[in-house]
Amino acid sequence: MNAILALEDGTWYRGVAAGAPGETGGEVVFNTSMTGYQEVLTDPSYAGQIVTMTAPLIGNYGVAPGDAESVVPRVAGFVMREASPIASNWRADGTLREYLTRHGIVAIAEIDTRALTRVLRSAGVMRGIIATGSPDPVGLVEKARALPKMEGADLVKGVTCDEPFEWRERARDWGEDDHAEFGIAPERHSSRRLRVAAYDFGVKYNILRRLSTYGCDVHVFPAIAPASDLLAIEPDGVFLSNGPGDPAVLSYAIDNVRALTQTDVPMFGICLGHQVMGLAVGADTFKLKFGHRGANHPVKELRSGKVEITSQNHGFAVDPDTLPADTTVTHVNLYDKTVEGFRHVTKPLFSVQYHPEASPGPHDADYLFRQFLDAMEKR
Amino acid sequence: MPRRTDLKRVLVIGSGPIVIGQAAEFDYSGTQACKALRSEGLEVVLVNSNPATIMTDPELADATYIEPLTPEIVEAIIEKERPDAVLPTVGGQTALNLAVALHERGVLEKYNVTLIGAQIDAIKVAEDRLLFRNAMREIGVDVPRSGVARNLEEALVLVDDVGFPAIIRPSFTLGGVGGGIAYNIEEFRELAGRGLDLSPVHEILVEQSVIGWKEFELEVMRDAADNFVVICSIENVDPMGVHTGDSITVAPALTLTDKEYQRMRDMGRRIIRRVGVETGGSNIQFAIDPTDGRIVAIEMNPRVSRSSALASKATGFPIAKIAAKLALGYHLDEIPNDITRLTPASFEPTIDYIVVKYPRWNFEKFPQADRTLTTQMKSVGEAMAIGRTFKEAFLKAVRSLELGKSGSLFTGSVAQIQEEDESALRKRLVVPSDRRMWAIFRALRRGWSVETLHELTKIDPWFLQQFADIVELRQMADLGEFREMSIDLLRTLKRSGFSDADIAGVYGIDEDVVRQRRLEVGLVAVYKRIDTCAAEFESFTPYMYGTYEEADEAAPTPKKKVVILGSGPNRIGQGIEFDYCCCHAVFGFREEGYETVMVNCNPETVSTDYDTADRLYFEPLTFEDVMAVIERERSTGADVSCVVQFGGQTPLKLALPLLEAGVSILGTSPDSIDLAEDRQRFSQLLRDLGVPQPASGTAVSREEARDVAERIGYPVVVRPSYVLGGRGMAIVFDSGALDRYMTGAVDVSHDRPVLIDRFLEDAFEFDVDAVADAGGAVVIGGIMEHIEEAGIHSGDSSCVVPPFMVAERHLATIREYTRRIARALQVVGLMNIQYAIKDDTVYVLEVNPRSSRTVPYISKATGVPMAKTAARVAAGRTLGELGLVDDLEAAGVFVKSPVFPFVRFPGVDTILGPEMKSTGEVMGGSDNFGSAFGKAMMGAAQRLPERGCVFISVNNSDKQTVLPIARDLAQLGFTLAATRGTAAFLRAHGLDVDVMYKVNEGRPNVADHLVNRSIDMVINTPLGRESFFDDRAVRRAATMAQVPCITTLTGASAAVSAIGALRRHALTVRSLQDYYAGAAPVAQLK
Ligand SMILES: Nc1ncnc2c1ncn2[C@@H]1O[C@H](COP(=O)(O)OP(=O)(O)O)[C@@H](O)[C@H]1O
Ligand SMILES: Nc1ncnc2c1ncn2[C@@H]1O[C@H](COP(=O)(O)OP(=O)(O)O)[C@@H](O)[C@H]1O
Ligand SMILES: [Mg+2]
Ligand SMILES: [Mg+2]
Repeated sequence: MNAILALEDGTWYRGVAAGAPGETGGEVVFNTSMTGYQEVLTDPSYAGQIVTMTAPLIGNYGVAPGDAESVVPRVAGFVMREASPIASNWRADGTLREYLTRHGIVAIAEIDTRALTRVLRSAGVMRGIIATGSPDPVGLVEKARALPKMEGADLVKGVTCDEPFEWRERARDWGEDDHAEFGIAPERHSSRRLRVAAYDFGVKYNILRRLSTYGCDVHVFPAIAPASDLLAIEPDGVFLSNGPGDPAVLSYAIDNVRALTQTDVPMFGICLGHQVMGLAVGADTFKLKFGHRGANHPVKELRSGKVEITSQNHGFAVDPDTLPADTTVTHVNLYDKTVEGFRHVTKPLFSVQYHPEASPGPHDADYLFRQFLDAMEKR
Repeated sequence: MPRRTDLKRVLVIGSGPIVIGQAAEFDYSGTQACKALRSEGLEVVLVNSNPATIMTDPELADATYIEPLTPEIVEAIIEKERPDAVLPTVGGQTALNLAVALHERGVLEKYNVTLIGAQIDAIKVAEDRLLFRNAMREIGVDVPRSGVARNLEEALVLVDDVGFPAIIRPSFTLGGVGGGIAYNIEEFRELAGRGLDLSPVHEILVEQSVIGWKEFELEVMRDAADNFVVICSIENVDPMGVHTGDSITVAPALTLTDKEYQRMRDMGRRIIRRVGVETGGSNIQFAIDPTDGRIVAIEMNPRVSRSSALASKATGFPIAKIAAKLALGYHLDEIPNDITRLTPASFEPTIDYIVVKYPRWNFEKFPQADRTLTTQMKSVGEAMAIGRTFKEAFLKAVRSLELGKSGSLFTGSVAQIQEEDESALRKRLVVPSDRRMWAIFRALRRGWSVETLHELTKIDPWFLQQFADIVELRQMADLGEFREMSIDLLRTLKRSGFSDADIAGVYGIDEDVVRQRRLEVGLVAVYKRIDTCAAEFESFTPYMYGTYEEADEAAPTPKKKVVILGSGPNRIGQGIEFDYCCCHAVFGFREEGYETVMVNCNPETVSTDYDTADRLYFEPLTFEDVMAVIERERSTGADVSCVVQFGGQTPLKLALPLLEAGVSILGTSPDSIDLAEDRQRFSQLLRDLGVPQPASGTAVSREEARDVAERIGYPVVVRPSYVLGGRGMAIVFDSGALDRYMTGAVDVSHDRPVLIDRFLEDAFEFDVDAVADAGGAVVIGGIMEHIEEAGIHSGDSSCVVPPFMVAERHLATIREYTRRIARALQVVGLMNIQYAIKDDTVYVLEVNPRSSRTVPYISKATGVPMAKTAARVAAGRTLGELGLVDDLEAAGVFVKSPVFPFVRFPGVDTILGPEMKSTGEVMGGSDNFGSAFGKAMMGAAQRLPERGCVFISVNNSDKQTVLPIARDLAQLGFTLAATRGTAAFLRAHGLDVDVMYKVNEGRPNVADHLVNRSIDMVINTPLGRESFFDDRAVRRAATMAQVPCITTLTGASAAVSAIGALRRHALTVRSLQDYYAGAAPVAQLK
């Protein structure tokens, strides 16, 4: 079956349907990771986005339960150069196409993804529509223009959990065992089980996996849960998860986190969690032209000067000039010098913009979980 | 941290002659390293015995030594040049082993030279299989069960433990020489024995087999701050058991989940740390069990390698260049990425295309060789292709191999291939060989399932499915007539990598019909850039590949430009020498104000370094792909011409088609080229010019051949037309042999007749390289006198400049003929002529109106870059304007000697003939012939003995001639041994000679003595004309025992005078720069 990807700039690309039939809209972005398409599909931070993989061959190794980062795929749509007809891997339990179809993800293949990427790189990310069959492209362009913008959109409510839960209960169903095969050894184990209260803005399972591997019992809370609920379990530390959309509009989250920063509970944030922490301490965030999405970005840890190859997925960033005096920037992106991490100078608060839990991507930044451990145990 | 300030002068060690497993890729890395070091203001001293390299161009180093790569020689260079450091990581295994040797002889301490790039301990842990295994255990990295043996007994104990099949791998050898897979105890004894012999430290690893597992490579880099990056992952399509150098490989890895890949990456980091490579690049190989993902480490190379060259070309990340800077102390984040400019080198390239490397073998030249692919590398070159999908890259790679008819994956109708015996086909699938892929396609066309093929080949089903898709696409095309083919299908085929020729093949129509139709519907290739970042950032380097998609990024300029056609995959007869010439063509045309555009598909080369030419297209060298590039470059209305004389036979083949397509060819015209290549036209020309050539004729049938031979008289040289490297060439002594040749040896047709020449016996052969301009001026670069007589391929015989044993009047004749022929052919640029002198007559054997194998050697010997000069002449200059009036003079006495791959091909005779068999060459220089020849032999690992026992066995016609040689040897104090006949003759002339048994006469025989190292040199000319069975065994034994084995008497007398010279005056080393300045040699060898 044919399919079309139409963009708000008035251009469109003809390809073939590679997932569920139908129509979908979202912000069209590109990811340059060469492996880990399943992790990308299931990363809740991609809610509302149509993801273009720059790697040309997708689906080769099929899909496996242990590689999911949440219950279901979260992307709004998926764009590929060529989709593999078969799944070849000992862990695979199905082909990508079956998976996308089963979960109703509309996808398109056989298009010039490099051409598309170059457009997004120079014009910036834009809204787009994928529609299967033979719709009128001009009409699709109109629809794309009618889509809500990412700026000002609260997408967290769509992906956060509705009820608090303890990770241990769910771990089993989400391939913890299978994952164990690849679980890299933690730098150290906590001296005692630590209790972590985590805000779920759209958390990736691998963050929860890492925390529990390091020896934490993770209690996951809905994004809207008041700070008091978290403090009620007397956590050793609070974690702020990754998630989709514009951080600036999450006033409820920002207020709760600000309240938590007033306590002496150690706090660690990743990605959206990092932005929310930034906003909570009074900094501003802004939208990047085409964002950072991939597994090869060099980030410099300023204290040691060491370079980490990092997993990235964000469209907004914290503005360093607006960070208050009692915080310092700890990590910078060597591509565009944007802030990749900061910490509070007196309080045990720190956060990073990128993904130390990797999945997909390199494990270079796993030490940050140990840092969180240190902070919690000091207390 | 900025670079170390304690380093001012660095010695870079090259990799020596081109051999299987160590080829042009080290010229690429070495050249990059030299450039990088100098750009940092360091003085570079370079040593490499291989003259056919860009790195040995005098411009690339402050002192360039083309000297044998032996510890003694390098010590002499160190003593003279006093470098602060040695960089041993860009010269392959050779440089690493040399570094270890220098360390062990205390040379490094003595002159307090530090090693940069890799320390001794790191080299040892990586290269010593036992240390490596233990190190891996320490860091919890799994390895196959194994043990190290220093003798057969130990080996036999080990094999009990690891079981069969067992892998045998000698320590410190290159490209797996002497390694193998033993399936039973007999094979094991043989392989273990050979391995122990061939390992320089007489040590082998006996290892449990993981044959059939998936094989992967990581190209990793580390800097002094312990920053670590993976530049590229490479997946081997052929599973474990086939050497990576013989495997079809693909980048990036295509069948690993992120979890599996990251686990491998973590191991890579632990391994490079543990091995202790402080700065630079390393290659790490892994095997993964496809059934449960278990991963084991196979080996790590603490240096740049064939794979790192491939990875550099595949990603656009110049590993050797960056490695050199890291060795100086820079950190990755302090070095900019050339391609994006704005981002640093501390990142991991991500690619949005697929790269396929396909090896090129030369088995047709070694009929008795075993074509089975195992753990020891057998290929002589490789082609790389880039496409947006695997299918596209794969089909482009296959056509880049230039295999002619045998290259098509679809030869034979389905009906025909049904006839192949099923069990035979199975065997061809189970046992890997250079032709396995063709068997896979036949099987698929017969309807064999991917599952079945996976069982038989163990190749990952994903790849097999891709091949099946290709077969299916072709069958879709096969349904109708070409005229009826839908545009959609045509587009699909092109997007999947089918060439116009492939499609034409389906219908048995002419390629041009497809081309025209394709152009009508506007279906043309677009070009994408290789930018290290999948388009995330802008690319500033025009490094491109073609594909069939929408957007084009070529952005050609309106400048006047020249398209330089490279020489494609290396093969015997067409190797690095031609890439050297192509690079010089770039330099020359650039000086003449042209924008230079390079087209080539050989990843090992300097010509495909993105900063050699102004624009680089990594594309196959076929008419379709080249024409597409030219049309794209023209699209701006720019004046685009093409030059075909530098890349050997490959571009020459395209000259006429390009001309017919209206492309202007710079330099010698395609018609002149054809005139020289077409034997009949050419003979006529020589007759008109009054230049003698051996009586000759052509034949398309047995009868005709017999008649021609009768007419011109036996012996005759026979060959197919249009060949390079003497392919299919033979010397025939009687009609019986002639008949056999005509029926068996070659496929003849009316447009491709067999050429028959009178064979000039015991004639002296000469090579001449000259450059001529449009005004008819001709400058002769040099007259090279062959050591071996005519009949031994020019590429396989040693030669010397200036000539040392020929009458001045003959040289005058040669110069005169050369000028006459150059003018008659209106050569503009390079020309190579081979002459033979017999009975005071100078004959022309052949004329090649193009660059030749000897151009780099002559350029080094004279200090004049001939290829660059030729390019400038082709661009319209006169030789006069370039200050070239007189013929060139060599700056000293320089001998070129070939190196052969025999050691890798057990059972292959090492006798030389008119078909070229050498893979590379070395150069030895001095002020006298003897020492120069001695050095050349040394460089070719044929170290001549200074004392000991020489074994002589020659045929009757040679006995008189061998006498003086034997006398000299006796004089020099050698003891002589010989077979009965030869011994009797020599004794009769008063020499004292021991008799040794021939191999079939009893024991201990010659072979035994060779193995026991009680013979130090062999002089052996073929006994019978056709079946010299016994002495074949002798030569083989000598090769395996690495004892010099000389098969011609001219070679023998040269060797004797060399030994004399080596005795009289100690060897000295001298840089090219000193030769050119006429400075006298200093440093003597200890
Ligand atoms: N244990 C093994 N089982 C099966 N194949 C092996 C094993 N070890 C090595 N090989 C094969 O032999 C090839 C050469 O081995 P390697 O250690 O890389 O030697 P080299 O130094 O020649 O590269 C590898 O590419 C791999 O295909
Ligand atoms: N008529 C001949 N007499 C003696 N030797 C010959 C003759 N023709 C060719 N040869 C030998 O064969 C070799 C290869 O022949 P050549 O014409 O140079 O083929 P190629 O094109 O492969 O270089 C020559 O280098 C020479 O040694
Ligand atoms: Mg290897
Ligand atoms: Mg020749």
